[in-house]
Amino acid sequence: MDALLKSRGDALIVTGLGSTCYDAGTADHPNTFYLWGGMGAAAMMGLGLALGQPTRRTVVITGDGEMLMALGAFATIGAKSPKNLSIVVIDNEHYSETGMQPTHTHRGVSLAAVAKACNFPSAETIYTEQELTSEIPALFTGSNLMFRDIKVNMQRYPMSIRMRDGAHIKNRFRENLLGQKAFD
Amino acid sequence: MKQESPSPAWPREIYDVFKQVGIEQIAFVPDAGHTQLIKDCEADNAIEAVSLTSEEEGVAMLAGGWLGGKRGALLMQSSGVGNCINMLSIIQECRFPLLMVVTMRGEWGEFNPWQLPMGQNTQKVLEHAGVIVQRADHANEVRDVVNAAALMTFNSNRPIAVLLGQRLIGFKDWSK
Repeated sequence: MDALLKSRGDALIVTGLGSTCYDAGTADHPNTFYLWGGMGAAAMMGLGLALGQPTRRTVVITGDGEMLMALGAFATIGAKSPKNLSIVVIDNEHYSETGMQPTHTHRGVSLAAVAKACNFPSAETIYTEQELTSEIPALFTGSNLMFRDIKVNMQRYPMSIRMRDGAHIKNRFRENLLGQKAFD
Repeated sequence: MKQESPSPAWPREIYDVFKQVGIEQIAFVPDAGHTQLIKDCEADNAIEAVSLTSEEEGVAMLAGGWLGGKRGALLMQSSGVGNCINMLSIIQECRFPLLMVVTMRGEWGEFNPWQLPMGQNTQKVLEHAGVIVQRADHANEVRDVVNAAALMTFNSNRPIAVLLGQRLIGFKDWSK
């Protein structure tokens, strides 16, 4: 997450609920929208944002459980194929929030294969630090729809984010992006 | 189909309201009652029209669109309302505007009994989820109801669903 956020540039980021939300808080930024609820929303929020801001890159960073709840979103996004959207799953193959139950990615399901089958022109699983380092820049500067499933271990880190008020997170994001137009 | 008129003008009037209030994204799961409106929006280069696999995707998508400064509308049939419920918590917690235009089934001359459980509970379910509900049952009120709902949702940052009654849309006569 740290490596990802250091490369963000002017990208707009949407996190899924749970660990990706907490971890993104370690490098808080007004261009990050943190989801604390609405499991399965992250990818589709990313689509709406990418379509609404076609000159910027939108990067969704979410967990494997959150993405598994939105398999239909792969089809909807693949059919639309916006060029300025990357979806990144931080895949520890478990539901960390609820007692470390294994997710389907632990049992043979490949999200990258789902993305490929859903018309994503670029979809891969990343297993090593080395691969990650070479892949990160393209996620933020690429010129096509991308999906990357990053396999990680099950280590948990202290919750870093204190900002929970949804209306505040939304208004901060919009004001930073749109200026006074945010309140028209 | 029995309708108030064979080729109704109200779908075009909804499209006209969308243009007036600056709608630039629509998300939809198709419904026969929305056929003409979807066609009009898809033919308009200034509107991003996104076909969904399930209605809750549209709730999240339009929240993302609003983050990016775009007004949108979600089109669905009443049976899709149940799919949206947990996603609507994002709208409520973050005070996102959300304009839903819902064609009703299961309430007026419905031939398919499987439509009744959701159709008879659509308004209650929406209201329980924090959505303001307004209705249009006659062709001559559609434009005003959709316009008023659109203005209110984008001026108040709250979700509003306009239910287009099955009486307006017409029903299949199963006896033929």
